[in-house]
Amino acid sequence: MLRKLLIAVAMVAGAAQPLFAADAASDPKGEFKAFRDYFTNRFPKVALDDFVNGPYSMDEGLRKQWKAIDEFPPYDFAIDKGKEMFATPFKNGKSYGDCFPNKGIGVRQDYPQFDAKSGQVITLDMALNNCREANGEKPFDYTKDDMAALTAYMAFTSRGKPMNIKIPDDPRALAAYTNGKRYFYTRRGQLNFSCASCHVQNPGNHIRTEVLAPALGIMNAMPIYRSAWGGMGTTSRRLRTCNSQVRGVPLPGESEEYRDVEYYLSYMANGLPISGPGTRP
Amino acid sequence: MRTRTLIGLAVAASVAGFASAAFAATADDYKAAEAKADAAIKQAHALKNEWTTTADAMKQAKAAASAGKFDEAVKHAQEAETLANGSIAQSKEQEKLWPDAVVR
Repeated sequence: MLRKLLIAVAMVAGAAQPLFAADAASDPKGEFKAFRDYFTNRFPKVALDDFVNGPYSMDEGLRKQWKAIDEFPPYDFAIDKGKEMFATPFKNGKSYGDCFPNKGIGVRQDYPQFDAKSGQVITLDMALNNCREANGEKPFDYTKDDMAALTAYMAFTSRGKPMNIKIPDDPRALAAYTNGKRYFYTRRGQLNFSCASCHVQNPGNHIRTEVLAPALGIMNAMPIYRSAWGGMGTTSRRLRTCNSQVRGVPLPGESEEYRDVEYYLSYMANGLPISGPGTRP
Repeated sequence: MRTRTLIGLAVAASVAGFASAAFAATADDYKAAEAKADAAIKQAHALKNEWTTTADAMKQAKAAASAGKFDEAVKHAQEAETLANGSIAQSKEQEKLWPDAVVR
C-alpha cells in the first residue's frame, strides 16, 4: 500500500514538473536587475530617470524638437478633458474617485496590479472601466480618446512618482508576469519581430524615420500623444499598432496578453518616474 | 516526314488542351481550397498569431470567387493557407525559442 502511494506521489510530482519548472524560470528580482544593467551598461551616458523619455533619451536632435514641442504640449487638451470627465459624477451620483485610493489622485504609478479576487492583472484602463460598469455606466473603448483622456489626467497627477508595481506571493501573479515576459520576447507577425527586437536589441537605432525607444521605462510615458496619429493613444492602441507594424493581427484592447506585458514592463520600470502623458513622433 | 510532324502537332495540341481543361478551377475547387485555408486560419487564431497578410489573401480569394474567377480564387486561398501555416510554424518554433532572448 505504502509502495503504491509512493509511486502515485512520484508520478504526480513528475507530471507537475514542467508546470513548476516554467514558473520557477521566472525570477522577477533577478530579471529586474539584469534588465536594468543591460540598458545602463549599453547607454552609460543616459541618466537612469531619462529612459522614461523614450526616443528623446537616445537622440539629441529629437530631444531638441521635443523640448520645443513641449512648450505647448499637444496632450494638454486631453488632460483638461480627462480632468473634467474625472470630476463629473456618474448618473448614480458617484464618481471615478470613489473607485480608487486617495480619490484617484497620484495613484497611476501603482498600476497595473495583480487582483487576487479575479486572478488577473488589472491595468489602470481596466480599473476605470470596471469603475464605470460598477456604477451603471457603459465601458469606454480601450483604444479611443475618452480612455486616453482619463488616463492622461491620472498620469499627470502622478508625474514624477516612482513606478511601484508589486508581484504578490501568489503563483497566479508570477504566471501573469511570466506570460507578459513570454509575450514581450516572442516573435510574431509576418516580419517575425518581437517587442524585444525593437526595444531591447535596437533602441536608439532607426526604423525608417523613427528612433526606437528603449524598453526600460517605456510604460511610464503612457498614454501618449503621437504625431503619427495626430492624437492621443492608450497603451492598448500603442500595442495594437506595434502588432500591425510587424504584420500581425492585433489583439483586442486590454486582452490578457496586453495587460500581462504591461505588468512585466512596468515591473521592470519600478523606481523610475511617471512621465505620462507623453509626446512621441 | 510531313505526316509525322502533323501527328506530333496534333498530339501536342490535344495534350495542351487536356492540360488547360485539367487546370481550370471550378467552384468546388475553390470551396476545397477555402476549407483548407479556413482550417489553418482557425488554428492560427487559436494561437493568437494571425498575420495581416493572411487576411488580405483570403479577402482577395473571396472577391475573386464572387466574381466567378475561380483560378484566381484558388490561387489566393492557397496563398492564405500557406501564410496561415507560416504563422502556426512560427508560433510553435517561438514556444521553444523565446526564453533564449530574455535578458538575464
